[in-house]
Amino acid sequence: MDKFDVASSQKYDVYASRLLPKEEYFTSGHRSCQGCGEALAVRWVCKAIGKNAVIAHATGCMEIVSSGFPQTAWVQPWIHVAFENTAAVASGLEAGYKILARKGKLAGHPPKVVAMGGDGGTSDIGLQALSGAMERGHDFTYICWDNEAYMNTGIQRSSSTPYGAMTTTSPPGKRSIGQPTWKKNMVAIAVAHGIPYVATACPSYLFDLYFKVKRAVETPGPAYIHILSVCPTGWRSATDLTVRLGRLAVETGVFPLYEVVDGRYRLTIEIPKLRPVKDYLRLQGRFRHLREPEIEFIQRQVLAHYDLLLKKCAAPYPEFPPLSHAEEGA
Amino acid sequence: MAKRVGIEVSLAVSHAVQLARAEAIAAYPITPQTHIVEHLSSLVANAELEAEFINVESEHSAISACIGTSAAGARTYTATSSQGLALMHEILFIASAMRFPIVMTVANRALSGPLSIWNDHSDIMGARDIGWIQVFVQNGQEAFDHTIMAFKIAEHRRVLLPMIVNLDGFILSHVVEALEFTDQDTVDRFLPPYHPWHQLDPKKPVTMGAFGMPEIFAEFKMKHQVTLMNSYDQIMKVWQEWGQLTGRDYHPVEHYKTEGAKILLLTMGCLSEVAEIAVDELRDAGVPVGLLKLRLWRPFPFAALREAVNGAELLIVCDRALSVGGPGGPVLSEVRSVLYPLSPQPKVLGYIIGLGGRDVPPEDFKEIVAQAQAEAELGPRQEFYMYGVRG
Ligand SMILES: Cc1ncc(C[n+]2csc(CCOP(=O)(O)OP(=O)(O)O)c2C)c(N)n1
Ligand code: SF4
Repeated sequence: MDKFDVASSQKYDVYASRLLPKEEYFTSGHRSCQGCGEALAVRWVCKAIGKNAVIAHATGCMEIVSSGFPQTAWVQPWIHVAFENTAAVASGLEAGYKILARKGKLAGHPPKVVAMGGDGGTSDIGLQALSGAMERGHDFTYICWDNEAYMNTGIQRSSSTPYGAMTTTSPPGKRSIGQPTWKKNMVAIAVAHGIPYVATACPSYLFDLYFKVKRAVETPGPAYIHILSVCPTGWRSATDLTVRLGRLAVETGVFPLYEVVDGRYRLTIEIPKLRPVKDYLRLQGRFRHLREPEIEFIQRQVLAHYDLLLKKCAAPYPEFPPLSHAEEGA
Repeated sequence: MAKRVGIEVSLAVSHAVQLARAEAIAAYPITPQTHIVEHLSSLVANAELEAEFINVESEHSAISACIGTSAAGARTYTATSSQGLALMHEILFIASAMRFPIVMTVANRALSGPLSIWNDHSDIMGARDIGWIQVFVQNGQEAFDHTIMAFKIAEHRRVLLPMIVNLDGFILSHVVEALEFTDQDTVDRFLPPYHPWHQLDPKKPVTMGAFGMPEIFAEFKMKHQVTLMNSYDQIMKVWQEWGQLTGRDYHPVEHYKTEGAKILLLTMGCLSEVAEIAVDELRDAGVPVGLLKLRLWRPFPFAALREAVNGAELLIVCDRALSVGGPGGPVLSEVRSVLYPLSPQPKVLGYIIGLGGRDVPPEDFKEIVAQAQAEAELGPRQEFYMYGVRG
């Protein structure tokens, strides 16, 4: 059996949880807000990447809550350099371990290189460095914590902020409905680089997330995982609703969970009948100002996007010719 | 065995990097640095240098990747110029504060606008306060020597700071010179393999780049300041050792015909060689002029400079960069402030020359000396002088 078979692992949820690592690699005592979905995601991602890993992290909430000198919440070796260059730092790490291994200066297996950043550090300011690193084919995994705004600087909009959402730089007003553009499709951008593994995930679906991360770090070449991370502070949602909101994002089709392996799309969590997006929107203060027509517009868009995704999943051909970096490097 | 060769200076720098056995190079092309990294990439491609060459998509990523390779524990090199150095700016501070011994060549070039690919020092003067060790060289031999020495200085346990070797773009980077290549054995004896002092290793996990609250920030800065100032001794040691191996001695402030000089010119980079010619001719004409060449820019050689001006009546500082709206060029304002406690002290006049690749022949230095003498007598009447500017 494929050890990464997410679908079957879901069937054994009750047993599978005992197989997950008990070690904590992102320790308690960090300073994230109550109910932070990013912190939850980080904790499980760190478990999935395991001990022999090195993390490069972008500036943003997760860096700030976890690394106030002289304390640290990171058990794996970890480096923060700046906001926009995480993928470039990871490129250097990967190349560094590669040459040390070639020169016999490294005992044991080279560590897995993992880069992490928020949606701003990924889809806006860090996109160039990320694109460069994916194009060069470094063997690393990039993980985006998508809380759908610049939260660390006080909830400003990013290109990953969903249509209509209120942020401090996309406030609703006489001439504004809030964020005026549709969320940037970062996953499609990653796929367009022809990298071997791309996926979406959400800590509300723990096993799905866990196995995707494991698969990503074990895939030779670049891998990208986009993780929806509920932010009660920025979303103006109750702190005990974080896991539920993540579920609702998936159940409404707002944030489908899928993976793209060597260019082939596959839904990993199938939702037989999508719930109305209203169920998701109405629990969040950031959408409070939206009126019926705008919500209907969002509903139509979500369904259209979902439909396109289903078509991609059913497509007989992969998105790009099947030459993975793994084969190239072999 | 040393070998004498005629070679373009850029290629000599690449060869020095090869002899230093750099293990990781990340670079992005920019004129006039290109020949250095092109040659290095071909050395790596031909397995003449056992290294990883990362073809990054920008200078910002070049220096970021260098931090990565250095954090992994690899000996790291990069090169850039002008806009490229400016694009790196944010990360340059981080590289030094995190104590990564990266070596970088800056082929000095003017910054836009207007766009200019030619030489001056405005790129590096914008990066004056980044906390790196910085030297200037005046010819190909020095470029070669200082590139090798930079690794040894940067990687020393009591230093662990990145280092920039500044060489003038085109005027120096693209000329063919006769210079002496030191052989691999000698370099290997001089420069042992790199053993990182701190490294990202899952067997000994550490957190690098934690953020500093106000309670701790100034302490970090103080440590950085003390470390950079203390690197001076190590720099002197490494230069002496190289001098013993090769017969080529280097000093933080170099003297040329300064004995008995009442007037001193002060230059950096390859202008110094041109100024030597002017000094020769002026001396022949009976003018008591000498030349100081500032080699070590960071840490600033306070004592050496104060000692060097002893006895002079007029010091003419030649800057190849303009601090717009400020008190002249960056070198002038630093030199003035360094000499301020001296008594007696020479009159200090600043001349800005050679911006954006403007040629500076020896006659210009002769003219500057004449003008400065007259100005010094009159006052001087200006904060500084832009030499030879039309209109
Ligand atoms: C070059 C640069 N510009 C701006 C900032 C300020 N800044 C720090 S974190 C941040 C937002 C981070 O947002 P995101 O990446 O979405 O992560 P989050 O905090 O939401 O987890 C910004 C704008 C910076 N550190 N560097
Ligand atoms: S602002 Fe949001 S993402 Fe940041 S720590 Fe708080 S809950 Fe988490």
